[in-house]
Amino acid sequence: MGKTLSEQILGEKSGTNARAGDIVIAPVDLAFVQDTTGPLTVRQFKEGKRSSLANPQRSAIFLDHAVPSPNRNLSNDHRFLRSFAKESGCLLFEGGSGVCHQLVAELFANPGDVIVGADSHTVTAGALGAFATGMGSSDIAIALALGKTWFRVPETIKITVRGKFQKRVLAKDLILYLIGKIGADGATYKALEFDGDTVVKMTISQRLTIANMTVEAGAKIGIFPSDNTTREFLKSQGRGAKYKALYPDKDASYEQTIAINAAELEPMVAMPHTVDNVTTASKLAGTKIDQVFIGTCTNGRLEDLAIAATILKGKKCNPDIRLIVAPASRQVLTDAIKAGYIQTLIDAGATLVPPGCAACLGLHQGVLADNEVCLSTANRNFRGRMGNPDAFIYLASPATAAVSAITGEITDPRKAI
Amino acid sequence: MMSQQILKGKTFKFGDDISTDHIIPGKYAQLRSDLPELAKHAMEDADPDFVQKVRPGDFIVAGKNFGLGSSREHAPLVIKMSGVSAILAKSVARIFFRNAINQGLPVIICDTDKINNGDEIEIDLPRGMIIDLTSSANLTCSKIPQVMLDILAKGGLITYINTYGDFKL
Repeated sequence: MGKTLSEQILGEKSGTNARAGDIVIAPVDLAFVQDTTGPLTVRQFKEGKRSSLANPQRSAIFLDHAVPSPNRNLSNDHRFLRSFAKESGCLLFEGGSGVCHQLVAELFANPGDVIVGADSHTVTAGALGAFATGMGSSDIAIALALGKTWFRVPETIKITVRGKFQKRVLAKDLILYLIGKIGADGATYKALEFDGDTVVKMTISQRLTIANMTVEAGAKIGIFPSDNTTREFLKSQGRGAKYKALYPDKDASYEQTIAINAAELEPMVAMPHTVDNVTTASKLAGTKIDQVFIGTCTNGRLEDLAIAATILKGKKCNPDIRLIVAPASRQVLTDAIKAGYIQTLIDAGATLVPPGCAACLGLHQGVLADNEVCLSTANRNFRGRMGNPDAFIYLASPATAAVSAITGEITDPRKAI
Repeated sequence: MMSQQILKGKTFKFGDDISTDHIIPGKYAQLRSDLPELAKHAMEDADPDFVQKVRPGDFIVAGKNFGLGSSREHAPLVIKMSGVSAILAKSVARIFFRNAINQGLPVIICDTDKINNGDEIEIDLPRGMIIDLTSSANLTCSKIPQVMLDILAKGGLITYINTYGDFKL
């Protein structure tokens, strides 16, 4: 019997036969924290008996969730993390570098790697063929100390996507559709493995969007085969030598297979207050919005800003909305400046905020007022997520977000603008 | 510290899909290094008065997919600090499950439809038995991996590793 990508990777790393359901111990290629989970992780690390990191150069702290710091407590947390980085020798990514998951994709994740991070969206690196999953502070503290952790080898659901997307239907619409279909617990404890001719043609940016949101269906990982597109991406990031092809065995065993016809997909929107509360943008036409947020580890990459800039070029945002744009990393910001996207977005009325998580989790840079409605390209719309339990968050693609920023209401981006 | 073997208390019932943002909203991230202050907001966006009402030993009883969302271990931590002795749910999100066990907070998967809000219940952890003293119903719970039982028995992951020096499978 052949193996899924999870069984292959965990088998090789743990030196066992690794079948779904097995408990294995595997070394980790990268363990990381961010500024809101890092302080607890460091305190727990210090409660442990090991005083040094197993592998400082594969241990990282990313300051991204609240940067530059909006208040004194978080400033003190940042200082605490900087000082731990100095004493432990781990890598530190200062505020303004970007969202941890984008930086992991740009700088670290390779096919076949095992990556653990104290952030649920660590699954993002599955786009590059890594077994990447989020954990809490205790697990990461131990992974930092021992350089390994335990996993239950997940059962796998295969998602086969065929056909060509309609114009302005994007990877985000596909993953929202899938989450709506299987539900917020549809893949709990499981791996989602993607394939099909649509997936083969997808850019790494699109794959990152999809992998990023697999945790919203409860998945342990969301993983893509490592193919020629992966090789080109790694080469462009100076890691060409790290490429290896990675495909599931043809006779691998799947718990189920879900087939999706990309050509039939419409622009999708997740409605308040759960990510699986999904409908089409056209059904929500006319829903007034107060704020549009384009950015995050889900949709803050160059391709996303390019889509928004193309739609907003020469146009103005509706005067009744605020458009906030947060590039996912410094590299994205730099490339978007060079390409002219940032100027276009600013000319349209956007407020640019630094690379980082920005308004996504309600700490700063776009907290909503009571009863306000935000259309966001982020991955989560839980009640209270953007800092106010009496506000409403809708999730959509950057195309839907940009078109809706012009109209001031949720709008199907396939309509001519 | 061994976790307690027989637990007894009153239930606080919640619905499906209680997220980590209900349990401890992201907007309180600035309090995460001040745990006693953070714990005052436990379950706030699901029940604003929860912290005032809950007593040591009580239980959170929920529907499916409890704890979905963020990896913040502060979520099970503030629940534990509020006095809750165990969480009972139909299902629990993956990261939250690990985090709760790593904090020494038992998570019990069972059919929670059979338990009402405010019921007095007793849980025999080693035998996996739940008795609803109010309705006299007996429930059984699903098994969890041995490694998690061992971590729970040591009161959490850090103590477990401090004891054994490594994972033991």
